Amino acid sequence: MAQAGEQHGDAMWINMGPQHPMTHGLWNLRVRVDGETVVEALPEIGYLHRGVEKIAEVREFHKVVVLTDRLCYVSSITWSHAYCLAVEELMGITDKIPARGRYLRVVSNELQRVASHLMWLAAYGPDIGLLTGLLWALRERELFLDLIQALTGQRMNQNYPRVGGVRNDIPATFPRDCEKVVRHFFKKLEEYESLFERNKTFRMRTEGVGVLSKEDAMAWGVTGPNLRASGVDYDLRKLDPYDAYAELKFEPAVARGGDTLARYLVRIEEMRTSCALVLEALKKIPAGPYRVKAPRRAEGQAFRRTEDARGEALFYVCGDGSDRPYRVKIRSPIFCTMSAVPTIMRGNKVADVISIMGSLDVCVGEMDK
Amino acid sequence: MAIEEEVKKDLEGRFGGVLKASRVLRPRVVQVRIDRRDLLPIAKHLKATGFEHLSCISAVDWVTRFESVAHVTSWSRNCLVEIVAEIPHDNPKIDSLFGVWPGADFHEREAWDLMGITYTGHPNLERILLPRDFKYHPLRKDFPQEVDRQYVSRRKLGGG
Repeated sequence: MAQAGEQHGDAMWINMGPQHPMTHGLWNLRVRVDGETVVEALPEIGYLHRGVEKIAEVREFHKVVVLTDRLCYVSSITWSHAYCLAVEELMGITDKIPARGRYLRVVSNELQRVASHLMWLAAYGPDIGLLTGLLWALRERELFLDLIQALTGQRMNQNYPRVGGVRNDIPATFPRDCEKVVRHFFKKLEEYESLFERNKTFRMRTEGVGVLSKEDAMAWGVTGPNLRASGVDYDLRKLDPYDAYAELKFEPAVARGGDTLARYLVRIEEMRTSCALVLEALKKIPAGPYRVKAPRRAEGQAFRRTEDARGEALFYVCGDGSDRPYRVKIRSPIFCTMSAVPTIMRGNKVADVISIMGSLDVCVGEMDK
Repeated sequence: MAIEEEVKKDLEGRFGGVLKASRVLRPRVVQVRIDRRDLLPIAKHLKATGFEHLSCISAVDWVTRFESVAHVTSWSRNCLVEIVAEIPHDNPKIDSLFGVWPGADFHEREAWDLMGITYTGHPNLERILLPRDFKYHPLRKDFPQEVDRQYVSRRKLGGG
């Protein structure tokens, strides 16, 4: 294989990474450019591989939650939640989860989703030269982290979902605080829209850039906001409802075009949906217990999938009758989206690589496991 | 008829002889268990009947055998089929699904990397998460893990 910088006729390989502001973490994108145009792109990943699947095999079922929290540091709750769902399925207690626990999971998941999308927006701003975007998005993310802290006691790595429910109940003032934050946030979202969408530079760098067609997206296993930006109305919260999602009213955000701008629009809209879901869930939340005692041991195989902030998260868990999982397999949405990157990149300008990769919302922690 | 029953019936009718087991796990989820040589025909049939999305390929080491588990989703029909393909432990090879769903690319590379299962027909079966010169497949059960030093349960400390 050709080395970076080596020339073949008019084409040249460039390493974007492992240390590059575009990567938002540690991975390498090798791009072959012909003049300014990308003709080939090869993602190289694995720099952050910690062997979570192997370590999980020597921990008890309930204690793996600490590891799954650290899969993605900006979206911990959604990952631990997906793991807990799979283990509950394996233990056969899916139907026994109390209603209050299921609603609290929706609340914590959606708060985490907004915090994750805001982190994405904060990182995406500087990618395309909008430093104000970083400062504004982080400012509002702090409010949501405060809410999460009031709920779980931690800003990050919350360790909140449990096999059998959630760790603790909501504090008394929580619904009121949520309402206050959401009302404030809706106003700020309008400000974001005027800052980003009505900015000529932003539109020039996003419109028609990095187009991912519907067919390519489905063939390569792209899911989540990136898929919905290609005009496909698929959201697992709607199609295969888990927890209390079947009892709540919402419409998944969809955009057309499949370009970088569409991916931005979907995430902005999704933040609105998530905020509305939090308020709705807090209104409908029933009284009662929020957790059941789960068995220690489990045997067999089970899987569950959830709509993570970045797409379809799937846990496949096997048990051999002991108190530890025999095998834990993690399907990370960004790992799969990464396999579509060569398709997305082809034909784009090398300066747009940063804008495109930023719009995909890469999280290296979950990608490399 | 519910979608999962419909899909199960269709698969049983077409591949009745080669299915080792088939059952409905829960609404919208069907599980079939097959031998590795029957994987490609079933995958092609599923693709032709609307299963356009490959969710995941997981490899499991059951010491006496390997299993390659493919989760295949149909968004349009809202159903998922779990294909469990059994692989003998002394000859870990199975057909690649890359030709049916290109999304299998990274999943199969990962399964090769961590579990050492060869996916024949994969265009670029290289290590993906571990360094290229790494010699082992760490998720196999014979790859040792320092259990005692890494993790001591409270019960063990108490002598029970």
